[in-house]
Amino acid sequence: MSGAAPLLRATGIEKRFGALVAASEIEISIAAGERVSLIGSNGAGKTTLVNMITGYLKPDAGSIALAGRDITALHPRAIARLGVARSFQVPQLYPALSVLENMLVAIACRGERLSFWQAARRADALHGADALLERFGLAEHRERRVAELPGGVRKLLDVAMALTGQPQLLLLDEPTSGVSAEEKFPMMDIIMTALGAVPMTVLFVEHDMDIVSRYADRVIAFASGRIIADAAPALALASDDVRRHVTGAPGPG
Amino acid sequence: MNLAFTIAIDALSYASWLFIVALGLTLVFGVLKILNIAHGSFYALGAYAAASFVAWFAAWKFAPGWSLVAMLLAAVVVAALVAPVTERGLLRFFYGRDEVLLVLVTYAMFLILEDATKLIWGTNPYYVSAPYSLFGNVEIGPQVYVGYDFVLVGIAVIVGAAVWWGLNRTRRGKIVLAVIHSEEVAASMGVDVSRVYMAAFTVGIFLAALGGAFTAPMISVQPGVSVGVIIVSFAVVIIGGLGSIEGAAVGALIVGLARSLAVHLAPVAELFSIYIVMALVLMVRPEGLFQQTQARKI
Amino acid sequence: MAVSPPAGPTRSTSVIGGVALTAALLVAGAFLPKWLTFLVTMAAARGLVSLGIVLMMRGGVVSFGQGLVFAIGAYAAALAFKRFGWSDAVGLVFVGGVMAMLVAAPFAPLLSRYRGIFFAMLTLALSMVAFGVLVKTESLGGSDGFNMGRPTVFGQALGDAHVGYVLYAVTIIVAGALALGARAYFDSTRGLVSLAVRENELRVEYLGGSVRRAMAINFVLAAFAGGAGGALTVMSLGHIDPNFSYWTTSGEFVFVAILAGSQSVFAVFVASTVLEVVRSFSSLYFPNTWQLSLGLFLLFVIRFLPRGIGSLWVDRAPWRRSGGGR
Repeated sequence: MSGAAPLLRATGIEKRFGALVAASEIEISIAAGERVSLIGSNGAGKTTLVNMITGYLKPDAGSIALAGRDITALHPRAIARLGVARSFQVPQLYPALSVLENMLVAIACRGERLSFWQAARRADALHGADALLERFGLAEHRERRVAELPGGVRKLLDVAMALTGQPQLLLLDEPTSGVSAEEKFPMMDIIMTALGAVPMTVLFVEHDMDIVSRYADRVIAFASGRIIADAAPALALASDDVRRHVTGAPGPG
Repeated sequence: MNLAFTIAIDALSYASWLFIVALGLTLVFGVLKILNIAHGSFYALGAYAAASFVAWFAAWKFAPGWSLVAMLLAAVVVAALVAPVTERGLLRFFYGRDEVLLVLVTYAMFLILEDATKLIWGTNPYYVSAPYSLFGNVEIGPQVYVGYDFVLVGIAVIVGAAVWWGLNRTRRGKIVLAVIHSEEVAASMGVDVSRVYMAAFTVGIFLAALGGAFTAPMISVQPGVSVGVIIVSFAVVIIGGLGSIEGAAVGALIVGLARSLAVHLAPVAELFSIYIVMALVLMVRPEGLFQQTQARKI
Repeated sequence: MAVSPPAGPTRSTSVIGGVALTAALLVAGAFLPKWLTFLVTMAAARGLVSLGIVLMMRGGVVSFGQGLVFAIGAYAAALAFKRFGWSDAVGLVFVGGVMAMLVAAPFAPLLSRYRGIFFAMLTLALSMVAFGVLVKTESLGGSDGFNMGRPTVFGQALGDAHVGYVLYAVTIIVAGALALGARAYFDSTRGLVSLAVRENELRVEYLGGSVRRAMAINFVLAAFAGGAGGALTVMSLGHIDPNFSYWTTSGEFVFVAILAGSQSVFAVFVASTVLEVVRSFSSLYFPNTWQLSLGLFLLFVIRFLPRGIGSLWVDRAPWRRSGGGR
């Protein structure tokens, strides 16, 4: 640890939906450059946390800070513009547009003020889009309409779009879900390699423990809205709590 | 006091007319999820058919009282002939598509039916005067009303009660309600949704044609009759809530009252009063007064 | 690193094409019979109104009340002429466009929250409110409306022999300029984000783009186009009445927009011309079946050409063909 301020700091987060405890006493501190995996069974609180970081849910109590700046009450778009990017479990793309156009939209939204005049396809935007497409191995699909693409390609595009504008913090929601077993590792390789080009702080929600142990520096495990483990993968995955609530018995913790 | 009474009577009379017309529109939307611009065209067909049937009954030397039967028959015939052709022959190819797209399809239907009516009946106006004098005149206070004007009130009550009873008290009606509420669930429980569609659409057309048929004696039946009806019935249905029967009744009363107030107190507002209410409802509570559906994206 | 030629026609291609077409029409207009130049004038002016609808369609909503801005633009221009003596044709176009924008702007934030049927119904309701108000406003001629005299161009009055062609030329030039502007907007970052909004609003928001702002801007720009089209129409028609705001008028603009599709600006004017041609010939030869033809035509387009006639050339163009590499 360099001793520098954490990139993301969540303190005392509480969130309830009626009787359901979605988050309780959540304390997280993530340094820049860390690769952290969030694990837990469905309903354990991982997605709730992601939604609170991106601003779509406001915690009942507690605060969230990005690079020292309190973002708890900020509008989701403002948080996005501060450099928080998210990819989705079900890829959120623009089906009727081409892969390139999808990237151009992302670049435009993340860039300077949108223009009534400046072409979306101007040279610097195209270079930026093409560079990312190369890194993700999507260059061959450049002109294809997204609706026609296979699932694995769509997931990669979803992540590539999140990377536009050089975000500070990348949230990947189940990046390998819905992808066949043989494709999971290659996909994660592509993603992590693409990320490796710049130091990037990544939080990824994952259910596949092999992926977790291979790609995460650190694991935070959730159960019933609480954190039950926060350590390196080897330690966290071996803990009794995690075995009981997450990896061991099936069903919600 | 007299003015208030006059306003109330006018409001009730206009509201009855609105209710009969709008009920069919809201029913079709509730079941098929189609906002039917051509609804007014079916109204016009009913009016024209009534003109023809009344004339035939007169030519066959039926007593004037039978003209009421003629008008009812006209509505039935229009529904029986037009509904299956339209639903099976056209609409069903677009089910499940975007709701605005369906509105455009019904707009095309409206255009087609406008000319179809002209081709069948010509462009000269028809006057269905015989039935209008059937009920004599009614004196209420200083005002003299034509008895026929209250026929619509009676029909509105009968139709409203019939539809309510049919939907809530019969087995078939409850199936229709189930489809209105959730088509997917109903289908998964074995309901033949396409038959429900057909039935609902036919009833909807029948109600529109009925409105047209019984209004025919009060107006001159000519091209363009549909145009005003369409827009006013949209207003009622939006105000009351798309797909809601109670909403159609309340919406009709509100619009009837708004227009009556305008006509008697502020004639300058007569035309836009209805659309102001429609716009206000859309701005404040877009799903209408009786709906649960989400209309706005925050 | 892949060096990729830009897909689609370049900006300069569009500009050159647009200018060339405008010039060709201007030249041709000098030799065409008066009824034809009038028809094209109406097609171009009304095409602008439909262009506004297409702008909003690219964001995913269909307005059934474009007659509102059409009427406001026309009434504004006619009133500026009649009451204030402003007579310059191009100036009146601006009056129409700006007034329509000013009236529409307060509604933009509200309307930016609506979609689908409710957006259609609210725009419809607003246009019918305007209709109701206009019909009852005696000082504006009530349901009869009023006539408008001849505008001037560059300070010159227009004689009988020239007025048709001059107004045609003004309309073609203004429409051409706005069409090029629309094309630039479609190709701009805002234009692309509009398309994205239509496809997936959620993702746009997560990327930091504002969906509501995009929709509101589309609405206001569409109002300007509609108002400008209204001003151009009233100048050539010489008459304005509340029917400009009636729902059936709005319906015709929607018809043209659907026929054209939302990808090609040129297609909008082609579609508008088709409507004007059908309208003119019908009143002569088949007055009782032209709406029938329009209706059948619309059904055909909805069923078989859902992306409009513009898709006939935009989708087939080489840079649009999907599949395989490049």
